[in-house]
Parts: sequence; structure tokens; C-alpha cells
Amino acid sequence: MNLALSEANPVAMRTGVVQRLGSWWTGMNSVRSAVGGDFEELRLVGLSRHYGGALAGRVAALDRLTITVRRGEFIALLGPSGCGKSTALNLIAGLLQPTGGGIWLDETRIDVLPPEQRGFGMVFQNYALFPHLSVRRNVGFGLLMRGVRRSEADRRVDRALALVQLHGHGDKLPGQLSGGQQQRVAIARAIVVEPPLVLMDEPLSNLDAKLRIETRAEIRRIHRELGRSTIYVTHDQDEALSLADRIVVMRAGVAQQIAPPHEVYAHPANLHVARFMGYRNVIEFASAPRALGDQVVLARPGLTLTGTVRQDIQGPRAFAAIRPDELVARRMPSTGSLAGIVEGFEYCGRDSLVDLAVADGVRLHVRTDLPVSAGDRLYVTAPPERVLVYPPEA
Amino acid sequence: MKRWRIDPVVMLVAPATAFLVLVFAYPFLYGLLLSFRPLEGGWNANYVRFFSSDRLFPTIGTTLELALPATVINLLLALPLAYRMRVTSRYQKWVASLLVIPISLGTVMIADGMLTYLGPKGWLSQVLQALHLYDGPIHLTHNYAGVLLSLIISGFPFVFLLVLSYVTGIDPVLPKAAATLGANPWQQFRHVYLPLLSPGLAMAFCLAFVQAFSVFPSAVLLGAPAGPTRVISIAAYEAAFEQYDDSMAACAAMVMGLVQLAVVSAALFARRLFYRGPVVGGKG
Amino acid sequence: MSATPAPTLVVSSGWAMRAWGFLLNVILAFFIANVGLIVLVVVVNSVAQRWLGTWLPEGWTTEWYTSAWKEFQLGSVLTVTFEVVVMVVAVSVVLGVPAAYALARREFPGKRAVMLLFLLPLMVPPMTYGLPLATVMYKVGLAGTTAGVVVANLIPTVPFVILVMTPFIEQIDPNLESAARVFGAGTGRVFLHVLVPLLAPGILAASLLVLVRTMAMFELTFLVAGSGSQTLVVALYYAVFAAGVRAPQSVDAMAVIYMVLSLLWLGTALRFVNPTQLVSRVKEHKAT
Repeated sequence: MNLALSEANPVAMRTGVVQRLGSWWTGMNSVRSAVGGDFEELRLVGLSRHYGGALAGRVAALDRLTITVRRGEFIALLGPSGCGKSTALNLIAGLLQPTGGGIWLDETRIDVLPPEQRGFGMVFQNYALFPHLSVRRNVGFGLLMRGVRRSEADRRVDRALALVQLHGHGDKLPGQLSGGQQQRVAIARAIVVEPPLVLMDEPLSNLDAKLRIETRAEIRRIHRELGRSTIYVTHDQDEALSLADRIVVMRAGVAQQIAPPHEVYAHPANLHVARFMGYRNVIEFASAPRALGDQVVLARPGLTLTGTVRQDIQGPRAFAAIRPDELVARRMPSTGSLAGIVEGFEYCGRDSLVDLAVADGVRLHVRTDLPVSAGDRLYVTAPPERVLVYPPEA
Repeated sequence: MKRWRIDPVVMLVAPATAFLVLVFAYPFLYGLLLSFRPLEGGWNANYVRFFSSDRLFPTIGTTLELALPATVINLLLALPLAYRMRVTSRYQKWVASLLVIPISLGTVMIADGMLTYLGPKGWLSQVLQALHLYDGPIHLTHNYAGVLLSLIISGFPFVFLLVLSYVTGIDPVLPKAAATLGANPWQQFRHVYLPLLSPGLAMAFCLAFVQAFSVFPSAVLLGAPAGPTRVISIAAYEAAFEQYDDSMAACAAMVMGLVQLAVVSAALFARRLFYRGPVVGGKG
Repeated sequence: MSATPAPTLVVSSGWAMRAWGFLLNVILAFFIANVGLIVLVVVVNSVAQRWLGTWLPEGWTTEWYTSAWKEFQLGSVLTVTFEVVVMVVAVSVVLGVPAAYALARREFPGKRAVMLLFLLPLMVPPMTYGLPLATVMYKVGLAGTTAGVVVANLIPTVPFVILVMTPFIEQIDPNLESAARVFGAGTGRVFLHVLVPLLAPGILAASLLVLVRTMAMFELTFLVAGSGSQTLVVALYYAVFAAGVRAPQSVDAMAVIYMVLSLLWLGTALRFVNPTQLVSRVKEHKAT
């Protein structure tokens, strides 16, 4: 119903200007956030961002993203670099202006507001801590801008520092802290103003592996304790799976799938999402699949697979996607099993990741706890409901 | 501690060091000693004469009256302009390239052009008359105004480019972070840029002041070198090349250096009062 | 941020912001216009027959260039200028680049003192140290000679080359040199085949900047040059100083020659370097 308004809403625009003028005169020392308190829904409607002025040469960094974020929800924007996930985050924060669509917070249109009037908290990839301010003053920056009284601000800074387990570091400068500590300061700084929405832009990507897992747990704990809606940008599917209530998988500016983690993991919407979620075996079939009850049969010379269609298949080509840990390897053949020779393997401790040459140049990645060595003959089967069949990528 | 061995790579620094000791440090110290060996009188006769003579002592005030306003004006013009141009763009590069022209032309060339342009029959005067803004003859050359204007024309681009390099050295994600925390554009400048820039601004002030304080060619060509713009450089030059009193010239040069040092120290001290924290470039 | 193009910062745009931006643009345009007119007035005057109190001269001529060439002996002045500039560029690279290399790659006792020695000539204005320098040069007989002018001009340019080159060398991965050594190159060959090609862009930039600065360097040359060792800018100063004696058009013709030469080199330099490099670089070294 708001779609008509999304193009240009003169009323919203005008209130935006009035608010801005008002804040220019009165807001030298205090922010009057246009969006106070909590919200029920944040709606992105057809949100787009194009680069390049001329209509012809325009590139969409973000193309018509539509999603509704509910109060307290944790959303992960997941995709490789350049997929538009950071653009989406910057649009929500107000650091970029959309070239199409709009952002509503309940009934307020907020994409016309400058970032300082949106009142969201943001955690940046490189921390973006103010190097000239102590940890306390970094955390208290948002409170200072909002004109919060000193005693009140002190109390809230103490609480935020305790929440990220950094009490006792308040008087240090950011440069004196480790990377993990700096990122916790950045988190404290974003949440101390009690924003209705917390935005996180790859907050863990500059940390080493061990610290990343710890800080991830920290973020999950903080989210649980505060219950703030969070939008979290990452290129790491483990982070997205472990943190999010819903995942938005992005590619080339377009959302590919918006679903809860288990759904994205078990039922990727298309071949791209499947590849990204760790379906490492992608086998091409030149002939169209043949229906067999709920399932389909795919065939190529020397290789026949039974699978489940996940996306309508129009043309003659089809792809089967299988995760390495969903193939079952045995020493002995069984019905429908594929024979293959071990070409190489990576020993991973609990199990091994085996490169298995099956028919006609097809190589499968199989996870197995059988002890293997190169040259061994193995027989693998795949449960038909876990062999996902897709049309080619667009 | 390891025994210190002569490292051949370190020795690469030796020729340049020796050269500068010989032609920079040595003459400076020589001048210092020379200033205490006056042609006549006791060891401090030059300094006594300098500070009591009404031909010499007032030159300090004259020079300060030119250098301080010029530096402050240049800095006050340069800061907002450089701040506005902080985002790298074609426009920024274009303006910077245009402004580098007066620097590389040098003060002599600029003074030559200003003499004609600002003269009583120059274009500026004609424009003012044509617009009926000011009908009398304008007096902008051979006086204080001419020298001050020349210090602004050659000094402003210098300060602008200096400040621009400091402003663009600050990570642009910091003001963005401030904005998400509720800082409006003025507060982003006041609480993020200004404190991070203050070491750079102090440095720009010092460099610009030191240049303006040693003003020489434009004070002669555009000013009134006998009176109102008789700056300290002119006094020192006259002592050396007209009175052939090397000792007095050295004394004037040392006084020049001392006043510069005093103002620079005051500026750096003021910065310390204003901002305590690490000297940071930004990125990283 | 992922590989999206540089995002533009949203600036809250009230009318006050726009008025402020407009005011700044007006100030900048006013400044640039005046500088442009100051330069233009010299060019116009140099080709003017008679020009008294009118918008444009009564007639045009190029004869001032020939008369200026003879009057000010520009042939020999240009030769001296050329010699001085070439020598200054060459010697400051030869002295400065190795020193910059040492400063970029090694820590050694007294490094801070050496850095200070290299910083001071850039911060202390030439008029302050130029007078004692001239006194010393008159004592040892260097004053008035071309060699003396070269030496004086080297005082700010050697440190300038060092301060431009040190960060440039710092950003070259030292592992490249180690790798060359591991593959069996000796010091000489490391220098020739690895360092020189890597340093060439930086040396080119530094040389051009030194060239532009030396062309415009007035005070030091003025204090130590004799009548036979003047550079163009000093000759121009004397001509403007004695403006009553010569026709102003003739002086301006010389100024145009000076300007064209300077701008030619400046234009070349700006193809390789950022304009801000002409003035800064000093601060980055204060920080280390």
C-alpha cells in the first residue's frame, strides 16, 4: 500500500526538510532523533542503489531489496564481496542515499533522514573508533550527541563496558587495545544509546580465527540479553548460520533467498545459493530429468542419480548439487551406489575429505570416516532427498 | 646489546648528513658566534644595539603585524575550503592544481603582476570604478596592504594544500561512525575532524607563519621598504649588503630565528592545551 | 565495505549548509580569478604597445621580447638557470636517495638527530639561514659563483628529496630485495635490477618537484649569486626593483618567459605527482 509513496512522497520529503532545518537551529548540542524508541517493523521496499549517472551505464549495487524486519530479529546479509550487502547496510544507516525504493520504520519514512537522525547503532568493519578519545569517551560519544546528562551517561557507559567485559579499560586509548577489544568497544559504543536497530558491517572479519569464534559468541549473548533488532553483514556462512534468525543470501545486488538458517542450509533456493552454502559437488547433466514420483532421475554416460527438484527446470540442462557430508561411502557396493577411485584426500582428524573419481571424468568430494589411501576403491550413495536438482544459473 | 658495527646501509646517510652539517649547521653556528663578535663594543653590543635602535627593533613589530594576520587569514580561509573538498574528486584535484600555480610562480613573479593589477590604473581600480563601487584612486601597492595581499596570495595556496593533505589523511569512516551515533555535520567537524586535525593545523600555522615572517621580495617590491613595511629581513639584508656589517646581519638573522621559534613554541603549546592525545594520521 | 564504488557521504542539506557551501565557492572563485588576472595582466602588458589606464592596450607588439632578451642578457641568464637547475636536481637525487634508503630501512643511534637535521632546512625559511651562509660563502670565495648558487639551492632540496623518498621506499616490500639476494644477486645487481626500477617513479617525481622549487627559489640565489651567476627569478627581481629604469613591458616580457618555463615544468610534474606533494610530506615524518 505504500508502494505509491515510495517514488516521491512530498509530505515525507517536506517533513524531512523541516526536521533538518529544526535540527540545524536547535540541534547544535542535542540530537532529536526522528525515530525514538522501539519499533514493530522495519520495511525495506524495493530498495535500490545505482552507480554511474547516465541511465545507460548505470550499475545496480543493490537491486530492489524488499524485506520486513520484525522487532528483535537478527538478520544476516550473506554473500561474497561486491554482492551489495554492505550497500544495503549503508542505505539503512543513511550513509548512502537510495536511488530507488524506500525505508519505513513502522509508519515513518526514514530514507529521507540523514544518518544522525535515524538513531541506529552501527559497528564498522575496521572498528572506526575515534583514535583521540578514550574508551569511555568513545562509548559515551552517542550519549554526548544526544545531550544525555553526565551522571546518567557515566552509568550507561559503565553498564555497556560491563556488558562487553571491558570494565577497567575505560581510560585507555583505542590504540592501546587488541583488535578483539577494539571491536568490543565498537559494539559497546553502538548499543549504549539503546538503538532500536543495530547494524553490523563484517564486524569479525579483521579478527583471527579463535577470536572470531569468541566474539561471535559474545555478539549472540549480547543480542539475547538486549533483544535489539540486528542487521549483520558477513561473507562467512558459519557466522550467518550461527547468529541469524533469518539469512538474506545476496548476489550481484539481488537477494537470492530470504529464509531461516536451516532452510537456507538444507534447501537452497537456487544453484548459486547451493554453491555458497557448501554444496561442493555440482554435476551437470545435458539431458532433462525424468520424473519418478516425487523425485527425478538424472542420467549422463556412466552415471545415474536420483534427486529432488528444488527449482523449476525449463531447458534441457540440469544440475545436481550434493554436500560432501551427505554422500555415504562404503567399501562394498550396494543398490544404486557409484564406484570410484580415491585420487587424493585431506585428513581432517575426525574424518577425511576424499576426492573420488567416478564415471566419465566426474570427481566427487566425499566426507567419510573410513581410513582411506590413494587408489582405494569406494562406493558412494546419496539419499535422493539430499540430491538437489536445479536449472542452470541465470 | 650487540656491539655496534658499521652497517654499510646506514652509511648511505652519511654524505647527505655531512653536506648539511657543512652548509646548513656550520654557517648557522658560525652566524651565531659571529653575532657575538661585533665590529665595535662588547660581546653583546649587536643585540644591545638591535633592541635599542629605532631603525632595527621596530622591524620585529612591523613583521609580526604582517605575518600574524596573513597566517591567521590564510588558515581561516584554508580550513573550511579544504574541509569542504575532503572527498577526493576531479573538482578537488582541479582546484589543487590551480592553486599550486601561484606557489610555483613564486613571490617575485606574483609581486610583478600585482604591481600592475592593483596599481592606481590597474584592472582592479577600473573594475571598481566601472561598477561605481569606489571612485577614488585605490592604494593597494607600495604600502602595508600590498604586502599583506601578496602574503595571502602566495600563502593561502600553501596552507590550503597543506591542510588538504591533512584532511584527506583522516579516515572518512570516522565521521560516518559519528553520524550514526547522532552527530550532525557541525558536530562531526567539531568532535571528530577538528581534534584529529589540530596537530596538522598547528603544523600548518607554524610553517605558514615562518614563511610569512621572513617575507622579503614582496615587502621590497610591493611595500614601502623604507618605512611601513621595513620588515626584519630588509634590516638584515641592509646590514649585510649595504653596511657590510656581517656581524650585525648575523645578529638580525638570529633575532629573526628567535622570534620564529618563540611563535612556533607558543603555537605548539597552545595546541597541547587544546588537544591532548596521540598524533594520529587517521587511516589504519 | 565490499567492492562497491566509493560511497558518497550523505551531507545533511539544509539551506544553511547550501549557503555556506556557496559562500566558500564564491571565496575560492574570487581568489582564483584574481590570481588569474594577476597573471593575465603580465601577459597582456608584455605584448602591449602603450597601456595607460584603459581596459586593453592601444596596440599590440612582440618587440618587447627581443628587447628584453638583449637588455637583460636573457641568453646567459637562461644558461645559468639551466645549469643550476640540472646540477641541483642531479646532486640532490644523488645525495638524497641513498640517505632516504638508509632512513627507510634501518634504525640506528642518532637517527632522530639526523632526521632533525633534514627537517630544519625545510622549516627554517631561507632568509634566516641564508645570511650567515652568504657570509661564509664570501669568506671561502664561493659567493658569486655558479657553484655557490648550486650549493645554496641544495640546502632545502636535499632534505626535500629525502622526505619525499623515505615514505616511497618504506612502501616497497623489503622482501623483494631479500628475494633477489636469495636468488643469488649481489648488492650491485640488487641495486641495478631491483631497486632502480622500483625507485624510478619516486625519483622522477622528486626530481620534478625539486626542479619546480629551484626555478622559483629566490632568496638563497639572491643572497649568494653574483652578477654572472643569477638565475632567472633573481634577474626578474632586479628588473622589477629597477622598474623605473626599464620599460615595464620589457620586464613583463621577461616575467612571461619565466612563467612559461615554470608552468611547463609544473605541468609536467603534475602529471606524475599530486599537487599536495609540493608542500606536504613534512608532517608524515614528524609522526614517525
